[in-house]
Parts: sequence; structure tokens; C-alpha cells
Amino acid sequence: MQAARAARQMAEHLGFGRAQAYHVATAASELTANMAVHAGGGTLHLQPLTDNDGSIIGLEMRAEDQGPGIPDLDLAMTEGYSTARRLGCGLPGASRLMDEFSISSTFGQGTRIRAIKWCRHRPVDRS
Amino acid sequence: MKKIPILRLGRILLVSIQEDLTDNEAMQFQSDLVNKVAEIEALGVAVDITALDVVDSYMARVINDTASMVRLLGAEVVICGIQPYVAMTLIEMGRDLIGADCAFNLDQGLEMLRERIAHRGDIRFTGDGDE
Repeated sequence: MQAARAARQMAEHLGFGRAQAYHVATAASELTANMAVHAGGGTLHLQPLTDNDGSIIGLEMRAEDQGPGIPDLDLAMTEGYSTARRLGCGLPGASRLMDEFSISSTFGQGTRIRAIKWCRHRPVDRS
Repeated sequence: MKKIPILRLGRILLVSIQEDLTDNEAMQFQSDLVNKVAEIEALGVAVDITALDVVDSYMARVINDTASMVRLLGAEVVICGIQPYVAMTLIEMGRDLIGADCAFNLDQGLEMLRERIAHRGDIRFTGDGDE
């Protein structure tokens, strides 16, 4: 919840719209909860992304844990799949809330997730 | 551990979730509510979540499961006060995260419950207050 609040404050501070700020906050909450449940905790880093000229272009979120790792990433990203008694939409849900989402996991060493929300008011070519 | 107060209004129960719940708190809340519903044979339950501004998939599940449990017992349920941005986020995250009926606020939620209860047509259910 604190992660969600921090993420929302940062997003609003960076000039994101309210809906986007809520998306970022919910994704942060989703990733933190995921780490707490599956890895016994972890860290969530939030940082603004800037252009060469220093203007804000997005917000980056990195979730890192030293948990058991995710054996099958495709499965973990599948809608409705969960090893804990959950909805199974945490990771896929968080990825839909963010613009970029990448996940890497080493079995027995932990999981790293990097997600980005781009600022909408500034056209970013992402093709 | 936070405990969510369950308020009684005749045979309708009111709960207001103000903060994110941990797994244990959520389970405690569900069992408290289900027991209370059974105990007084509640006709309806209004769950107000106006104060929640972040509803992640876990909270959505807690809310949805609670609603289903209460319905299984035979009471009507309505979720009240989902914030606009929460609604946008929930749909963005996935379909059908919340399957229960919803109302703008507690006031309309209660109105909805009363209508439903009246609709059941059972003479036992038409009393507004205690038997």
C-alpha cells in the first residue's frame, strides 16, 4: 500500500494524468504483493526516466526479489494461472497497466521485473 | 490486526473497507461477515469501498469472494462507491474482477438492496426492520 502511494505520488509529481497515476499505483501494489506472497518480500524501485535534454519521458518501476524464482515465465504471465490461491491476474494485470513490462527470473535466485509507463502528453515513438 | 466493523441496520449489514487488507485480515473479515449474516439471517449486505483508491487484484478478489459467500447464504449484496479511477484500473487489469452488483454510493446501494429484498416477494422478507 505504501508502494502504491509512493508510486502514485511520483506519477502525479511527474505530470502523469490521474488515470495513469492510478494505473501505476495499482501496478506497484500488484508487484509488491506478488513479491510478498511468492518471495517473502523484495524491493521496489521507482525512478523517473528522462530524455537527453532532461525532460521527463516516463516512470520506471523495478521489482527485485531473492525468492525462489519463477520456473515458467510464460505460465506466470498467463491469465488465471496462480500458484497461490489468487486470481492469477497479478502479473498479466500489472503488465497491462504499464506500457513496457519485462521479467527475468533465475531459478533459486530471484526475479526481476522492469516496467515503464511513458508520459502520454509527450509523443514517444515506440514502434 | 485491523478489524472491520460490521454495522447493523435492521436486517441489512453495512461494512466499509477503508484500507488494504492483509491475507489474515481479509480472512478474518470474511468469516466475521459470513457469520454475522448467518446469525441474523441478514437480507442484504452493503460493502462500501469509497475510501479505497487502489484496488489491486488481491483486494478485488477479497471483495468478490466476500460477495459470493454472502450470496450463497441467501443475502443480497451490493458494492458501493467504486472510485472512477479504480473502475478504469480494474477493467484495464482484467475483465470480471468484480462480478457483484455495484452502486454509486451507500445511499443508492441501500435503496438497491431494499428493492431487491422487496422483489423476492417472500412475506418474511418484506419487513424493513427487525422481526
